[in-house]
Amino acid sequence: MSTTTESPTDAGTRTVVVVGHGMVGHRFVEALRSRDTESTWKVVVLSEEAEAAYDRVGLSSYIGTWDRASLALGGNTYDGDDLVDLRLGTRAEHVDRDARTVTTSSGELIAYDSLVLATGSHPFVPPVPGHDSAGCFVYRTLDDLDGIRTAAEAAIERAAAKGREANGLVVGGGLLGLEAANALRLLGLTPHVVEFAPRLMPLQVDDGGGAVLEGLISSLGVQVHTGAGTSSIAAQDDGRLAVELSDGTALLTDLVVFSAGVRPSDGVARAAGLDVGERGGVVTDLTCRTNDENVWAVGEVAAVEGRCYGLVAPGYTMAEVVADRLLGGEATFPGADLSTKLKLLGVDVASFGDAMATTPGALEIVHTDATKGTYAKVVVSDDAKTLLGGILVGDASAYTTLKAYVGREVPGDPGALVSPAGAELGADALPDDAVICSCNNVTKGSICSAIADGSCDLAAIKGCTNAGTTCGGCLPTVKKLLVDSGVELSKALCEHFEQSRAELFEIVASTGIRTFSALVARHGTGTGCEICKPTVASILASTSSDHVLDGEQAALQDSNDHFLANLQKNGTYSVVPRMPGGEVTADQLIVIGQLAKDFGLYVKVTGGQRIDLFGARVEQLPAIWQRLVDVGMESGQAYGKSLRTVKSCVGSSWCRYGVQDSVGMAVDLEHRYRGLRSPHKIKFGVSGCARECAEARGKDVGVIATDRGWNLYVCGNGGQTPAHARLLASDLDDETLVRYIDRFLMFYVRTADRLQRTAPWLDALEGGLDHLRAVVCEDSLGIADDLEAAMGRHVEGYRDEWKAVLDDPEKLSRFVSFVNAPEEADPTVAFDESGPRKVPVLLGLPTVREKV
Amino acid sequence: MTTLITAVGNISVEEGTRSTVRNAVRPGILPAPGAKLWVPACLVGRLVPGRGVAVLLPGGAQAAVFLLPNGMIYAIENLDPYSGAAVLSRGLTGDRTGEPTVASPLLKQVFSLRTGAALDDPCVTLPTYAVRVQHGTVKVGVPLP
Repeated sequence: MSTTTESPTDAGTRTVVVVGHGMVGHRFVEALRSRDTESTWKVVVLSEEAEAAYDRVGLSSYIGTWDRASLALGGNTYDGDDLVDLRLGTRAEHVDRDARTVTTSSGELIAYDSLVLATGSHPFVPPVPGHDSAGCFVYRTLDDLDGIRTAAEAAIERAAAKGREANGLVVGGGLLGLEAANALRLLGLTPHVVEFAPRLMPLQVDDGGGAVLEGLISSLGVQVHTGAGTSSIAAQDDGRLAVELSDGTALLTDLVVFSAGVRPSDGVARAAGLDVGERGGVVTDLTCRTNDENVWAVGEVAAVEGRCYGLVAPGYTMAEVVADRLLGGEATFPGADLSTKLKLLGVDVASFGDAMATTPGALEIVHTDATKGTYAKVVVSDDAKTLLGGILVGDASAYTTLKAYVGREVPGDPGALVSPAGAELGADALPDDAVICSCNNVTKGSICSAIADGSCDLAAIKGCTNAGTTCGGCLPTVKKLLVDSGVELSKALCEHFEQSRAELFEIVASTGIRTFSALVARHGTGTGCEICKPTVASILASTSSDHVLDGEQAALQDSNDHFLANLQKNGTYSVVPRMPGGEVTADQLIVIGQLAKDFGLYVKVTGGQRIDLFGARVEQLPAIWQRLVDVGMESGQAYGKSLRTVKSCVGSSWCRYGVQDSVGMAVDLEHRYRGLRSPHKIKFGVSGCARECAEARGKDVGVIATDRGWNLYVCGNGGQTPAHARLLASDLDDETLVRYIDRFLMFYVRTADRLQRTAPWLDALEGGLDHLRAVVCEDSLGIADDLEAAMGRHVEGYRDEWKAVLDDPEKLSRFVSFVNAPEEADPTVAFDESGPRKVPVLLGLPTVREKV
Repeated sequence: MTTLITAVGNISVEEGTRSTVRNAVRPGILPAPGAKLWVPACLVGRLVPGRGVAVLLPGGAQAAVFLLPNGMIYAIENLDPYSGAAVLSRGLTGDRTGEPTVASPLLKQVFSLRTGAALDDPCVTLPTYAVRVQHGTVKVGVPLP
């Protein structure tokens, strides 16, 4: 044996080497580091992938965002923890169990006291002829997905040149296979799925559920071939692959993805002479210890008492067991719940307990609804009292509650559990030891006691129980428990985010998350709504200079920001050319007049010293903007939660009372802050003397000239509850004025609630105007530089948003009334010009009157 | 082992083995039965996940077709019944407790994309259309008389 000892009296720090940095490896490191309060272990992590641990369960969400950071697991680089040494892109080549060393791919020799194998598994590629042809892929890592993406894009181009469709074939119709099929579909290929078993997802669902699933999935355009194997793959001259199936079907496909199961990656363990199972996997006892007392195995590579588990939840349990054991604990692996609930191509599938009714005497109760495409089955004991398991396809909303009842007596008629008319089991009916979060094995009792101990939002419960931190499927139930306990969730933005807007702003600013999908995946639930999407869009726009219609942001913009103009009641738009300070040349006025004439637009002068042009159809907007761009003008925000206008009086250059150049200042301020997104609209006014002709004190930012400079007023609002702006600072020179406004605006943008204008924001601000003055004028929070820098980036990054659309053919192509008839005008748009002014006429009359 | 089967829709109540379950549910699964004219809308790649497009149908009707980030494609009537304007394709999508939704861009009434129902107004339900993706082209199914 080696010279080191594991005696707890040993004063030195011991070393544990973790081979593999997947979800389970990372969980092990976290578990060990959080419990090892005495710092008795130093951790060296070897990761073959160049990427630190990421959410492999959510691999498919990489598609579309192509943002690796959005899948990163929290804390996966162990920044600031000196006891963890993470080596990315480093393979463990060889283990010498006698010397207790690991040789890495970089040739280094690392000594260990304990070794934890978390090498996971690799996809099984059936040895059919041609399986290694170019164009054949597996579906396991981010790199795999990048490869599939490149091949798919090339295939689409190749197919388009030949005037045919591009397609892809997935070998394997299990859950990963269907995920892969969806991936191909999202990449623009027509997917085929080949499954050897007579139904899809043979491990999770029965024939009835499989039939409903196949129906749902076929209707989404996926070609399903069940009961067929893949016989051969042959590369063709045109770059495609000819695939022959065992049922005689011959297919030509652009690429093949193998998703026919996984095999434990036990190569290093085998070479080191550790015991492996018949079908692979490093054999361990219930403590996850291998036949070498210093070597442990966790996750998919472990065969605990000979059995491998392909799910993340049992892997997490193993990681916890080993962490506990290394610290002298007595934990054992309690077995695993193989229940699954997933959404595949938008179709809910869940399977739990004894789903296949293998228990002797078990009864099945099935409810299918062909019109809705749902299948629900519960399996109960022979006396119809105890729930044993079940399968849900098409609608799995009852999953969490049903699963918690497995092994328990069901209240009332078990048939009611799957009948839509039946009574729904509420979370309150569950016993305390019912497991709510099965990924992390959290019971209703522990969640309720966390609530009783003062956890009053989802984040706090996640933090102290780990519930809902993996798949998140139980979060609605957790939230229900919170609400039932009487906790108020008042600051929640909407049902998808428990955070307030200001908290989300902080999250975006501190984590650097740049997409809604990543934000909702990591800090929210569900897919968003008309409340949180525009809010997040605003935060993203306030924190960068991306175009508001760039990438995923295009899907977040509310009505007006979506088409960069004001949506009016009949579906047409109004365009308001930017006119800072109300200043306009005769030539510009002529262009605007000519525009109105050529496009038949109704013209009205606004309250913000601009000209509004009404009645443009969506496909006319780019042409109108082009005409403005041609004469050096741009359209403007008369919409959106953003800077609207800077109104001014004529000021000292013409007015005999004026003491400062208010028009010049207004023009400068509008140019500085144009395009700035904020919690609500922002309006400015600049007056050239104390007579205040620009009504600046009714504005969010009011600037009034004095004979020594400018007085700055803030937080004035019109609207339902008018408020006069209040004096923030006096007699400022131009530069200080601008600096204070920078700080004021950014502070508001960061801390206000959604749709909270500046007056109510100031009312709610702790410390009120004095606090605001301290922050803006005296930098009491030490954030002034930061606020100014943020505004500097906004000013620097400003581009004419409308011209940017004209310059981008892809964005431009969205400006049509009909995607299938881009030349057609919307036939429901019409106007009546017989009266004193042109008005819209609704051809599609409202069929519902809004209740007054 | 006994199997009890209850069913609604066009499936009759049966008792029997699993194979009858399979036979019973096969026909008539989504999309709803009936002959359809499949109107090509656009290539899948033309859809922005989370957003909609309007499709002009033969006879002048309009469908609003949405691609959700999870890959589901839905089509409902484009005419907003509350305003009479053909704008629903320009609404924001999302979900309400898991139900996929779109909100009218005018006054923000929320509709289920699955059923067309107005979620805050039990009296209002919009027509929905079947959708299929064929050779990369999204098609809207208009029921034939």
